[in-house]
Amino acid sequence: MHYNMYSKLSVSLALVGAIIFSVPAFAQDQNHHEDSHNVAAHDTHDHMTSEEGHDVKAQIKETIEHHLADSYEFTITEGVGFPLPVILFDEGLKVFSSSKFHHGESVAEVDGNYYVLHHSKVYKTDATGHLSMDEHHHPTNVMPLDFSITKNVFMILVMAGFIFFLFKGVAKAYQESQTPKKAGRFLEPIIIYVRDEIAIPNIGEKHYKKYMSYLLTVFFFIWFMNLVGMTPLGINVTGNIAITFSLALITFIITQISGNKHYWQHILWMPGIPVILKPVMAIIEILGLFIKPFSLMMRLYANMLAGHVVIMSIIGLIFVFGSWLIAPAFFGLTLVLSLLEVLVAALQAYIFTMLTALYFGSAVEEHEHH
Amino acid sequence: MEIPEILGAGLCAIGVGLGIGRIGGSAMEAIARQPEATAKIQTAMLIAAALIEGFGFAALFAK
Repeated sequence: MHYNMYSKLSVSLALVGAIIFSVPAFAQDQNHHEDSHNVAAHDTHDHMTSEEGHDVKAQIKETIEHHLADSYEFTITEGVGFPLPVILFDEGLKVFSSSKFHHGESVAEVDGNYYVLHHSKVYKTDATGHLSMDEHHHPTNVMPLDFSITKNVFMILVMAGFIFFLFKGVAKAYQESQTPKKAGRFLEPIIIYVRDEIAIPNIGEKHYKKYMSYLLTVFFFIWFMNLVGMTPLGINVTGNIAITFSLALITFIITQISGNKHYWQHILWMPGIPVILKPVMAIIEILGLFIKPFSLMMRLYANMLAGHVVIMSIIGLIFVFGSWLIAPAFFGLTLVLSLLEVLVAALQAYIFTMLTALYFGSAVEEHEHH
Repeated sequence: MEIPEILGAGLCAIGVGLGIGRIGGSAMEAIARQPEATAKIQTAMLIAAALIEGFGFAALFAK
């Protein structure tokens, strides 16, 4: 009856990991900057106010960017939504509601400091809201340390709570009877699949139990986050490089901590090749040490982001053509692509988990040969 | 978008397409030879395809 222990561990790891690693990581998020800057106030979902076709394309681009970027308020549709708290650390903790920004139009004044929102980032400025730009149109103002509850962080917390209650119910049902009840019926085959097809073949019978909680966490986190990103609410969690970076970082840390003697020996002083080549192999292996989690990060990020961008671009194409005949064709195409995206959501979760298990396995592997 | 960028993106797509196509082809052959191993071969094929796609996307997004 070990399942309840693993589920609770996995879920608490999810909460801790999500809170610790995702919140400050947003402050250094990369922004996908195209060259068509619309520096006016953020226009939300208003496609129809365009005269020329040129304007539609620029507007579509901006809408897609806005849809995919993180934001300081949670909008459900145009006008319906609630502002989220902004938590800055700038000589002391400053907490205020993002409604002070008025959707990026006005300067928020808090305790004598002035902050302005420019392209979903908070900058410290003076009372006029002045932003000094460099040659790439990026502001050179000081950015305070940003610990806000943005849309992404809020969704992570909501989903973490959801996963927690889901697994808590499953664990409680297991305590009463051996056969699963309620949500356990759906989750048990998946958990067993993760254990028997992902964890045990890669990590081995002796050590897999320690890592099961993290593998389950990562699997369900990525899967549910990807599925949530498919909804039209514009919640793009795993398409955000800061979040996938945090996941890859945790994998990296756990791999290095659990590496045993054979693991480090294989990296730094690989047995079985001539002595001349050993330093060369060491350099290559050390590079590989960093490239593997990096590829984990890029794979998940690029897959999710590309999927979202393609689907929204095709929807935007409907507006570019503007004819009633072509619209159903694009709609059908969007439907098919969305189905593919649902498959990709589960597949990417599986791939991430499997590669993580592979890296763990290579870290704890014991040697029988040589 | 200028011509070199477009060319680069096209080459990325060709590379990824060729790679995954080859894997798909060998997977089909292997399944034809031994239909009972279909599940394992499918799993391995999907894993290899996702790995290649990952690098393809990374190259694509490096612009």
